[in-house]
Amino acid sequence: MNAQASTRPAPVAEPLIRAEGLSKVFSSKTGLGFGGKRADVRAVDTVSLEVARGETLAVVGESGCGKSTLGRLMLRLIEPSAGKVLYDGEDLTQLSPRGMRAMRRHVQMIFQDPYGSLSPRRSVADIIAEPMGVFGIGSSARERREMVADLLTQVGLPPRYMDRYPRQFSGGQRQRIGIARAIALGPSFIVADEPVSALDVSVQAQVINLMQDLQQKRGLSYLFIAHDLAVVRHIADRVAVMYLGRIVEMGPKDAIYRTPHHPYTQALLSAAPEPDPDRPSRRIILQGDVPSPTNMPSGCAFSSRCPLAQDICRQERPPLRDELPGHQVACHFARPNPIPV
Amino acid sequence: MTTASIDTFEPVSPAPSRLEIFRQVILARPATLFAAIVILIFVLIALLAPWLAPYNPLAQSFLKINKPPSAANWLGTDQFGRDVLSRMIYGSRNSLILGLLSPALAAVVGTTLGVVAGYFGGIVDRVISRIVDLLISFPELLLAIIIAAALGGGFWNIVVVISAAFVPGFARVARAQTMAVRQEPYVEAAVAVGVSTPVIILRHIIPNIAAPIVVLMTLWTASAIRLEASLSFLGIGTQPPNPSWGNIIRDGLNNLFGSPWPVIGAGFAITCVVLAFNVFGDAVRDILDPETAQ
Amino acid sequence: MTAPLLRIENLSVEFGPRANPIRVVDDVSFEIEAGGSVGVVGESGSGKSMTSLSILRLVPEPPGRISGGRILFDGADLLALPRNQMPDIRGRDVAMIFQEPMSSLNPVMTIGDQIGEAILLHQDLNSAQRRKRVLELLRLVGIPDPAGRIDAYPHQFSGGMRQRVMIAMAVACNPRLLIADEPTTALDVTIQAQVLALLKDVRQRLGTAILLISHDLGIIADSCERVVVMYAGRVVEEGDVRSIFRNPAHPYTRALLKSIPRLDDERDRLYQIPGSVPLAGSVTQGCAFRARCPLRVETCAVDRPPLFAFGPSHKAACWVTAEAAQARSAAEASP
Repeated sequence: MNAQASTRPAPVAEPLIRAEGLSKVFSSKTGLGFGGKRADVRAVDTVSLEVARGETLAVVGESGCGKSTLGRLMLRLIEPSAGKVLYDGEDLTQLSPRGMRAMRRHVQMIFQDPYGSLSPRRSVADIIAEPMGVFGIGSSARERREMVADLLTQVGLPPRYMDRYPRQFSGGQRQRIGIARAIALGPSFIVADEPVSALDVSVQAQVINLMQDLQQKRGLSYLFIAHDLAVVRHIADRVAVMYLGRIVEMGPKDAIYRTPHHPYTQALLSAAPEPDPDRPSRRIILQGDVPSPTNMPSGCAFSSRCPLAQDICRQERPPLRDELPGHQVACHFARPNPIPV
Repeated sequence: MTTASIDTFEPVSPAPSRLEIFRQVILARPATLFAAIVILIFVLIALLAPWLAPYNPLAQSFLKINKPPSAANWLGTDQFGRDVLSRMIYGSRNSLILGLLSPALAAVVGTTLGVVAGYFGGIVDRVISRIVDLLISFPELLLAIIIAAALGGGFWNIVVVISAAFVPGFARVARAQTMAVRQEPYVEAAVAVGVSTPVIILRHIIPNIAAPIVVLMTLWTASAIRLEASLSFLGIGTQPPNPSWGNIIRDGLNNLFGSPWPVIGAGFAITCVVLAFNVFGDAVRDILDPETAQ
Repeated sequence: MTAPLLRIENLSVEFGPRANPIRVVDDVSFEIEAGGSVGVVGESGSGKSMTSLSILRLVPEPPGRISGGRILFDGADLLALPRNQMPDIRGRDVAMIFQEPMSSLNPVMTIGDQIGEAILLHQDLNSAQRRKRVLELLRLVGIPDPAGRIDAYPHQFSGGMRQRVMIAMAVACNPRLLIADEPTTALDVTIQAQVLALLKDVRQRLGTAILLISHDLGIIADSCERVVVMYAGRVVEEGDVRSIFRNPAHPYTRALLKSIPRLDDERDRLYQIPGSVPLAGSVTQGCAFRARCPLRVETCAVDRPPLFAFGPSHKAACWVTAEAAQARSAAEASP
């Protein structure tokens, strides 16, 4: 009961950003020379989702599920094969290159790799001021430095280090620099691609809390990509679980954690090792490996590993449909299964 | 917001400054220092040729044909009685200018082609790469001979010829490096904040591929001097009576057993300069890319 | 009480010049019973991997070196053995599996040949017997259709399957100790669960003691009986798994447990530890955690805390919590 009461209402009216039928097919030639077959990989397969103003939608899935590709499609860092991305009603996929560059003021990204995503030859001030230069923000170099100092303070770094180089900072500090760059233009929507997975355990909470603080202060919307469900427990309003390019379950946070409906979500929740030696060991251990995306099972993509799979699952792909208001599941045998956590 | 004392936000490691790395790389290695001094000496010789050369390099004297070294002519004289030392000193101008200018020119053209091919990929890459593959399948010397035959001799033509022979190499290295750097997350990060393509290439790609290009330049400085010598030796390089180390060797070979000094002298000069530039090139790499240096 | 299978005593590992060394492992001691399972947990720079490499004397030398201490395996000091005897120990008595199951296998050798090679080094079997043993091992680690897979190459296996092959190679000669250094870090959550279950199974069936190195407290809680917590090259806390997770005594362990996100957690905000993890060997005086510690007192900056006893099998290196615990037990003792 309580679970229902505490969930946020489904986003009303127009969401800030919405993806409709977004797909990406990567094709590669296999074999040598001219006779090779084309192998198509549907990295993202007709995904639709929306993020409301001030909301965090977490996208969770294992490697190869297409979550990072989805994040980049939302920002058009990769061109989609099909589908639309509507930001404030405007279709990003239809914008000219110039129009898209102008749009980047509103949609930004925080990267997974705090080491690789900062150019090693540029100082912290150069890195954070770069987007300001692109959009002509700040009339003079001095003004920009003041803005950089302000941004560094906002992300919890002392501004006096702005002329240092990235390699002098720890992973957590670099991720703060990356966040300062992402918010420099005052965006409304940020895709965060596994922003803490490369960080030491003891600094992950700092970065998650910082992102939450910034969200509250600036009314940001996040698409927060993660590979495990524990990390997004605190920051997500809603959670989408992906498997092999498709969303298999999406709903309010509490519904996903307390009454997951899809057997894959249930397995993910029960497989995550918890720091509690007394936790009842009632794991669902999935058999087998994630199938190769070039050789997908017919019907439901999860059918090859699913403990509930029946004939229909191998023949017919289940659509993503509402099980409860705002809670969608793609499974022929969807049923709530509380996980003993 | 946090209870952290400020000192926990100190940057974790101080980085040595460029100057410090420079000092370490150049001064701590005797070989590098020695190479730098050798290069400096040769550059000074080329600049100060009119004051250093004891004779006019073109002045012939029938009284002194093919003389061995003497107090008057330290490296002897050649078949026209010209002073070999003076010819070598003046010849260093041609050889060094060629050696510095042609790799630089090749680097500009080759890097541009390589970066464009590597960054944009697709059909642009395929066209540029096939041309480069075609050119690279010729030995540099052969390519230079073909172009020289088409353009004719003359100093500036030789610069163009040697540059052209080096362009494919630069293009290939630049393309491979660009394709690697293009995949770096910081390039994607620049795209994500709205930086335009030309600025990304200039600000994020080129500085990060510069190290191997500069190293290649120093290495090919040596090759250019050698190539010019080879072309001159074949008679399509620096045209007589102008001296270059290459044509000093060619002329000297006619009378190698009578007077080996022109060949020995010019050969020694070429060896010194080539070696010095090679050693120096390694050091430049370490300065530009301190992370790959041990 | 019998002597432990492995006992590490005052181990130190240094890097860099002898005159001004960086001490990445600093006076580390702990032990493993035969058939036991010990987890070493720590973040980057904690020295956990160097500690495990030291056991097989695999510390890269130079620039590193084991600068002090003893490693007693079955009573014999491995550090005192002549270097040329180490290969006999490796694989036969002590085996190791690494994080990266992709690069730990030779791409041009079949799976069967690679496991067979491990057997060949320490056991005298002919090729038919060897093949039989390889099939047995593949079955043990749960590779489906072992007869069909034995002649396959590593690239034909998924990451999880490769890690199973690595485990098969490691247990090929029935070692008494298996060191697993972040064995599941490169794997997905659902595959990780499979591999951890396999390691438990191997331990139960073969009686192999397991030393599990991980940054993930969840994995340690799940798989180990005893836990060693390392920070900046030192052991800061050691104890049975229940004491560590139920009653952590070191402020670092406490903070870490509070800060990690959990599935069953209803808090809106995570507890955060301020500051950064110090670079390996950068703290030479006092307690290494003091800069980030909410409990720090002046002593912490000056004197390095020794491991104080907090229970029969529970030790932690903290001046403040040790004093508090002492005061508490004194108060309980006096009426």
